Amino acid sequence: MAPSTHRAPASDADPAAADSAPAATAPRPGRRAALRHPLVRHGLWAVAALAAVAALTAATGPVTDLRVANVGLHLLAVAGLQFLVGTSGQVSLGHGAFMFVGSYAMALLVVNVPAMPLAAGMAAACAAGCLAGLVVGAATARLHGPYLAGATLMLAVGLPAIALRFPDLLGGANGLAFATIGAPPFLAGAVDDTQWRAIVVWTVALIGLVVLATASAGRLGRHLRALRDDAAAASLSGVPVGRARVTAFVISAGAGSLAGACQAYVLGTATPSTYGLSLSLVLLAALVLGGLGSLWGAFWAALAIVYVEVAGTELAHALDLSTDVRNNLPVVFFGAVLITVVLAWPRGVHGALSALGRHRSTPLKTGDSR
Amino acid sequence: MEHFANLTLNGLATGAVYAALALSLVLIYQATRVLNFAQPAFALVSAYVAYAVTAATGSYWAGFAAALATGALLGAGTERFLVRPLRNASPLSPIIATLGLLMVLQGAVGMVWGNEPLSFAYPLDYRGRFSPADAFALVSVLLVAFGLFALYRFTPAGLRMRAAAIRPEAARLSGVRVGVVLASAWALASAIGALAGMLAAPPFLAPNAFDLIFVFAIAAAVAGGLENPFGAVAGGLAVGVLLSYVTGYAGPELTALAALAVLLTVLALKPDGLFSRAAARKV
Repeated sequence: MAPSTHRAPASDADPAAADSAPAATAPRPGRRAALRHPLVRHGLWAVAALAAVAALTAATGPVTDLRVANVGLHLLAVAGLQFLVGTSGQVSLGHGAFMFVGSYAMALLVVNVPAMPLAAGMAAACAAGCLAGLVVGAATARLHGPYLAGATLMLAVGLPAIALRFPDLLGGANGLAFATIGAPPFLAGAVDDTQWRAIVVWTVALIGLVVLATASAGRLGRHLRALRDDAAAASLSGVPVGRARVTAFVISAGAGSLAGACQAYVLGTATPSTYGLSLSLVLLAALVLGGLGSLWGAFWAALAIVYVEVAGTELAHALDLSTDVRNNLPVVFFGAVLITVVLAWPRGVHGALSALGRHRSTPLKTGDSR
Repeated sequence: MEHFANLTLNGLATGAVYAALALSLVLIYQATRVLNFAQPAFALVSAYVAYAVTAATGSYWAGFAAALATGALLGAGTERFLVRPLRNASPLSPIIATLGLLMVLQGAVGMVWGNEPLSFAYPLDYRGRFSPADAFALVSVLLVAFGLFALYRFTPAGLRMRAAAIRPEAARLSGVRVGVVLASAWALASAIGALAGMLAAPPFLAPNAFDLIFVFAIAAAVAGGLENPFGAVAGGLAVGVLLSYVTGYAGPELTALAALAVLLTVLALKPDGLFSRAAARKV
């Protein structure tokens, strides 16, 4: 590499960009630099989102609160899967298994250690999920494509069977039922229990999202994207292939189990049938529907998981159909939406929306390019 | 010893079903690099069509033929209208599209025939140890496997299929109608999937009857190696026998966990399955 090739980009720097945005090239004051740090930036986004959720739940009733909480925990689960599939390119069909781990860890702690604070339970469930992710990630680090998909699919089916094997400890097919505390006393009157649960779930989810977004923006994220796009080139450039892949699995599993713990907290039960094959498949399908590679994709995915089901059920009730048709309409509706989105927008809802944004903003920049 | 022999024979009979479904997955994977999640739904729709035809005509074999035809039709249609439009999309897109199709078809079956199990007839006498019905399952799957081997190895149609799968552009230049060939590969594979459905359906057929069978078939296909049809058949029979031992000696609730353990062990030793050649370049 000759030194001149290193200088070339600097001298060729786009003059238009420098003219239009002088602030970007000028030395920034310390406060602005702190704001540009990924952790701070993502944290501010999270605080804004939490305020929006609090306002939304304050304005609506318990049914909507429950759905908002569901969106939050599915957002966290899909965001974890996004980190694994979208960033590191490892296709996992077993994400529901990590939700199972988190949910049962939470349930066991609440049943056996009732005095424990909620935050400690969440942290313990997350740690259990990370441990499970470490084991699974290490066992599958050498697998690729459909082989990884097949192994994780088997995980999604096999792991919940543990609950059936140990009925005394894990409650068998009925699972574990328990009571969780609602809104704290000093908020009595201002915040009801379901609203409080929604806010707790979103707080946990947003903390998880900030960690995921920051990890994705940092060195680990760069390593994983390099691995995803060309494993051989990434390995030659010094990316630790095995360690990066396992780390992605651990972080993704931690997010999944935290989402499972949130679900246990919202439902007050943990049953094996909640975390079966269909959950894992729906999580991955919704992720592709939302759009791979961005946390916005995970947001659209979570909305789709909760609200396509709601829409299907309401449609079935509105049309006054027979029982057989009514019971099966939501799943058919979800499948049809999935096929339509994949065919119409192969890059998912987020890909379609950002293409729309680019399409509208391009003529402003390029003028009479047509 | 008597118990062991019974378990082995039962395992071979159920393994034949896994083998047939795994074979259909492998054929489709070889042709278009898609893991077809709609395969159990094809088998399901085929079995329900067979149920309806058998009820209307009174003949099991008319239903059997209708099932194979339904499977082939569904397979070819899916290739043409769902997979081919997505051939330039990301590799995940066609998989998710087949997943959507699985939901639609499974729900549609429930809409038409209800979610309650229907009683489904065996092709032959099913009583006793290694009954004629069990033998029929095993023999038909082995015949299909050898027929496929002959087709791919010794006939011009098989050569065209291999060419279209491996080098579609070169095959098209040589006059192979790649679209037609890939659609027929899907049709053939899905007819085999329908055969698996016919073998798996008795005694009771329900919309979710094939879910677990499909998972074990994927495990068999992956353990055997997705590049190799014989790996799929061997994997299917091995999974069937193994799960039969687990059910007989340890308990039926452990089958999925045992399959997971075996699959992880196999893949830890051979990441591309037991019967695949090593990839030339890998990290």
